[in-house]
Amino acid sequence: MDHVDIRCTVNGVETAERVPARLGLADFLRDRLGLTGTHLGCEHGVCGACTVVVDGRTARACLMLAAQVDGSAIETIEGASASGRLKPLQEAFYARGALQCGFCTAGMLLTAAEAIADDPRLDRDGVRTAIAGNYCRCTGYHAIVDAVLSCCRGHHDAP
Amino acid sequence: MKPPPIEYVRAENEAHALALLAELGDDAQVLAGGQSLMPLLAMRLAAPSVVVDINRLANRDGIVVADGRVRIGALTRHRSVHGSAALQAAAPMLPVAAGHVAHAGIRNRGTFGGSLAFNDPAAEFPACLLALGGHVTVRSLAGERRIAMADFTRGLFETALAPGELVVEADFPAARPGERQAFAEFARRHADPAVAGVAVRAHVDGGRLSDVSIACLGISDRVLSAPNAAAALTAGGAGGLAGAVAALRDELDVTGSAQASAAMRRHVVGTLLERAVAHLLAA
Repeated sequence: MDHVDIRCTVNGVETAERVPARLGLADFLRDRLGLTGTHLGCEHGVCGACTVVVDGRTARACLMLAAQVDGSAIETIEGASASGRLKPLQEAFYARGALQCGFCTAGMLLTAAEAIADDPRLDRDGVRTAIAGNYCRCTGYHAIVDAVLSCCRGHHDAP
Repeated sequence: MKPPPIEYVRAENEAHALALLAELGDDAQVLAGGQSLMPLLAMRLAAPSVVVDINRLANRDGIVVADGRVRIGALTRHRSVHGSAALQAAAPMLPVAAGHVAHAGIRNRGTFGGSLAFNDPAAEFPACLLALGGHVTVRSLAGERRIAMADFTRGLFETALAPGELVVEADFPAARPGERQAFAEFARRHADPAVAGVAVRAHVDGGRLSDVSIACLGISDRVLSAPNAAAALTAGGAGGLAGAVAALRDELDVTGSAQASAAMRRHVVGTLLERAVAHLLAA
């Protein structure tokens, strides 16, 4: 079929759409649903700017077809932010200047949040590895690492 | 960087998937994790007419250790391999290797069977399965074949999969008492394609190695085993590790690329063997 019917929830909202088979998930979220917080950087899975959450785990939206998410629950940066679960990270990013243009930031936050949830005791090396798949062209990364580290157990008073 | 015009069909179960693959032949590409297929579609390096989504196939996602063997379903996500306590005990090289696979978001979706079917020479799991003496089970409407990994990996992105066949499972012997395993890889940046990598298993008894199996990745058009180096490690003696490293560098037919020359890869693979053996012998 060159068009596919999908039913999914996006940020908790039941969504039913008919999508072209070739439509990527990121393009679906941005263009069809107007959720432009998910960004397209490389469109081949290396930069991490398109990171979303699918069925509870992060995924690169440029590496999924919209057709695939029938029956799934998608959370974008909009939903994650509205839920409040990113607040400590967002405040740390703000305090440490861990964003300039902000293009990578949504992906950084969702990736970091999952990494910390999986291992709250990450050290500096662990944070660096965890965000190695999220590219930032502005900050030089150190402030981002500082911000994420400050949200890890045992590092809350890091400078 | 958008996929070409394609059709999409979702296989409701395995029988449906096999019927689709038989009917569509070369026109179809299987979509499992999609972490390799989607970049190919984006860059128009693949242009199937139909993408067959197999993510709904039941009973192909899981790790089973029983009767001295490990079975990994083709739809098992890399993340599951990475975090598997069962594999820590029965095949410890696999969780280590999984940590080298790309990034967490990619590991959440990429699949074990997909890695084997794609057969990227820089991939981690084909090397592990080769070192572990494993088999790949494939199914089609015509039935089932269980293929030794050494025969399954054929060339650059090429396997023994025939048209209409689907990878469904991999299996290999569980680690026996006294067996140790190691995995080491070097890439320029984390998650870059490996410059070289080694997967090693051996029986270790008081500093002596026996029943050694070595597989190397990143150094050729596919994973290669290293029987001469394995024999040298078993023989041990004064030559010892240095002899095994020399044997490895000699027996491998290494190809270079713009990323890293053959000479560099040949050097690095030997160094990685040293590190892997050090790990095997560590308490």
